[in-house]
Amino acid sequence: MTTAAAGGADAVPPADKHPSGQSSVPAPRKPSDASAGGPGRSRRSVTGTRRVIAALFLAPALVLLGALVVYPIVYSVYRSFFDQAGTGFAGLDNYKALFTDDTIRTAVKNNAIWVVFAPTVSTVLGLIFAVLTERIRWGTAFKLIVFMPMAISMLAAGIIFRLVYDAAPERGVANAVWVGVHDTFAESAGYPKAHPLPVHPLKADADGSFVTKAPVRAGQPVQLPLVGVAPAKMPTDAKPAKAAAAGAGKITGTAWLDFTRGGGGRPNVIDAKELGLKGIEVEAVKDGKVVASATAAADGTFALPASADGAELRLPASNFKEPYNGVEWLGPTLVTPGIIGSYVWMWAGFAMVLIAAGLAGLPRELLEAARVDGANEWQVFRRITVPMLAPVLAVVLVTLMINVLKIFDLVFIIAPGSSQDDANVLALQLYRSSFGTDADLGIGSAIAVLLLLLVLPVMYFNVRRIRKEGRR
Amino acid sequence: MTTASNAATNTTAATEPVKAEQSLGARIVARAGGGVMRVFLILVGLFWLMPTIGLLLSSLRGADDIASTGWWKVFTAPSQLTFDNYSRLLDNSTITHSLLSTVMITVPATVLVVVIGSLAGYAFAWMEFPGRDWWFLVVVGLLVVPVQVALVPVSKLFGTVGIFETTFGVIIFHTAFGLPFAIFLLRNFFAEIPRELLEAARLDGAGEIRLFTRVVMPLGGPAIASLGIFQFLWVWNDMLVALIFADSDSPPITVALQQQVRQFGNNIDVLAPGAFVSMVIPLAVFFAFQRQFVSGVMAGAVK
Repeated sequence: MTTAAAGGADAVPPADKHPSGQSSVPAPRKPSDASAGGPGRSRRSVTGTRRVIAALFLAPALVLLGALVVYPIVYSVYRSFFDQAGTGFAGLDNYKALFTDDTIRTAVKNNAIWVVFAPTVSTVLGLIFAVLTERIRWGTAFKLIVFMPMAISMLAAGIIFRLVYDAAPERGVANAVWVGVHDTFAESAGYPKAHPLPVHPLKADADGSFVTKAPVRAGQPVQLPLVGVAPAKMPTDAKPAKAAAAGAGKITGTAWLDFTRGGGGRPNVIDAKELGLKGIEVEAVKDGKVVASATAAADGTFALPASADGAELRLPASNFKEPYNGVEWLGPTLVTPGIIGSYVWMWAGFAMVLIAAGLAGLPRELLEAARVDGANEWQVFRRITVPMLAPVLAVVLVTLMINVLKIFDLVFIIAPGSSQDDANVLALQLYRSSFGTDADLGIGSAIAVLLLLLVLPVMYFNVRRIRKEGRR
Repeated sequence: MTTASNAATNTTAATEPVKAEQSLGARIVARAGGGVMRVFLILVGLFWLMPTIGLLLSSLRGADDIASTGWWKVFTAPSQLTFDNYSRLLDNSTITHSLLSTVMITVPATVLVVVIGSLAGYAFAWMEFPGRDWWFLVVVGLLVVPVQVALVPVSKLFGTVGIFETTFGVIIFHTAFGLPFAIFLLRNFFAEIPRELLEAARLDGAGEIRLFTRVVMPLGGPAIASLGIFQFLWVWNDMLVALIFADSDSPPITVALQQQVRQFGNNIDVLAPGAFVSMVIPLAVFFAFQRQFVSGVMAGAVK
């Protein structure tokens, strides 16, 4: 490729080869430059410039770019063919390791997940936000809020989302919401730490349930006293426990919290202020089989049919399991989607702003014409807005993909040490392979080259676009 | 063009009565839809704000409160709010020192990129030298090179020159990686300067340097502002480069906080206010220079 071809000289008529300034100005200040510029070089040159001056203007940039950007590329390619020590030629071994080593393969896999999902989700959200806010008066305020996270560091965003994803529902907002939703649909009125006293008609079974020491008989009310439930954890609608009335042909009984606040309660006796264990499950078990079951009322009483006569009563372990604690957002399975969520939080605003700018550039008449022709909003969006925005959407997607390819900070900060292997991405693996005690620069360089190869198409696309613009 | 718009107007006129007939029901639907849409957007806006608000409120609560309950408790117990974390943070010399380091890195790295980028951008736009457009394409190609590629080679290079783990090294690294975008942006902007303006200045006897400092730089103001803001935020927010190249005795705020993250859970009373302090300047810059930031983002969409 020649300079002239890219420069746009072909647009200049041959007769006007010399920069126009020189032909009309009697005495150019630097006559020697007329030859330096050369014929037909550019429509832009003001007057000839000494090459030395051009070199001086360019030198700092070119030196820095050469030493810190171009040279590293060459070095990385070269180094990627050598082993850990850097002395033995390794051929393609380092590249093979990218796909055989388990940790690195996870990184490759996760990077693929990142590149597919993070840009698309961000772009789709950006598109939705841009379209919805277009004709709303406070749209700018909304945009500002969504765009703001772009201004902060990934480190700060990482800390923000470490807090959001805190596994304890009483601290992490994600789990607080999740548990709230979960408990709305699946009530968890359990008594996690409840247990019987040592002198007591109940004994603990291996699976965490409690069983009566003797079989129960119809007509003899059963008492199932438990302790160990904090008063605050009792259901708010639990009522003072009542001794169950003996019913003919029925097994009746009371399950209650055998503890009087402030003292004065007697063990294994239903005292006045003691509360019924509302909702606790009671099963009648004969020869290991559940023959009947019941749930205690607010005053702790329950009744089982006659078939339970002679059975042992069991309070199954489900009564005592821990309350639902939500999801482990930063555990092995959810850590990558979780971090992608934080990325979307940061970058959807970027997509939104670019798409909104594209949207503002769409010809109004076209959209109006479609509406007049009876197209509904969805059809206008689907058939006109999106196709016309395609170039913008492509730029946004590609930009985000490049950005996501080298994602590092968010993963490094958000993934706790225990799940950092599961959240691994190429840039993180590159960092681990390149620095630290058991660094392998061969592998590190191979990852660097892989990252570079992945951005090559975009590099080509950019260069081609600029060349076209130059020719225009 | 004229015909097209005339046709459009005609169509509109022709269908106007029909539209009016339809519009009552359609308008009600649109209104209701608009209401739902507004509520949806308000909810999304709150959702987007929530993480940041969570950080802010967490930073304003004592360590014990943070450990036992969530930040939303302050809505029912506002007495929990306290500036203790911040006053302790500002007494913490590691943190204050690191904020200073961030400034010492960010300001020079921004100024250098603007100056060096302007020089090169001007040369690419208005000077003649062999291979000019070819060189420019190389710069454009370098736009998307990931910094990761340079980490190992440059740390070796810096080691040889003796500037590894120095503030100067970090500055130079950021400058180099800021340059492709700077040159790309400024060259395109400078190229739009009317040729007559430069010629007139030249006729008045301005040399290349004067032309650059008195005409090109002032005219390039908007682009330089965009670039400066972009680079400023980029460097201020960087963690990776500083993690490797910064002097371990005076790391910037991002690295100082990163070292704290390892004990996450026990030191949120340090991390939360620290993160917030590190965000204050970028957010201030963002709100003050939104327009320049957005145009920088647009221009840099290929980066």
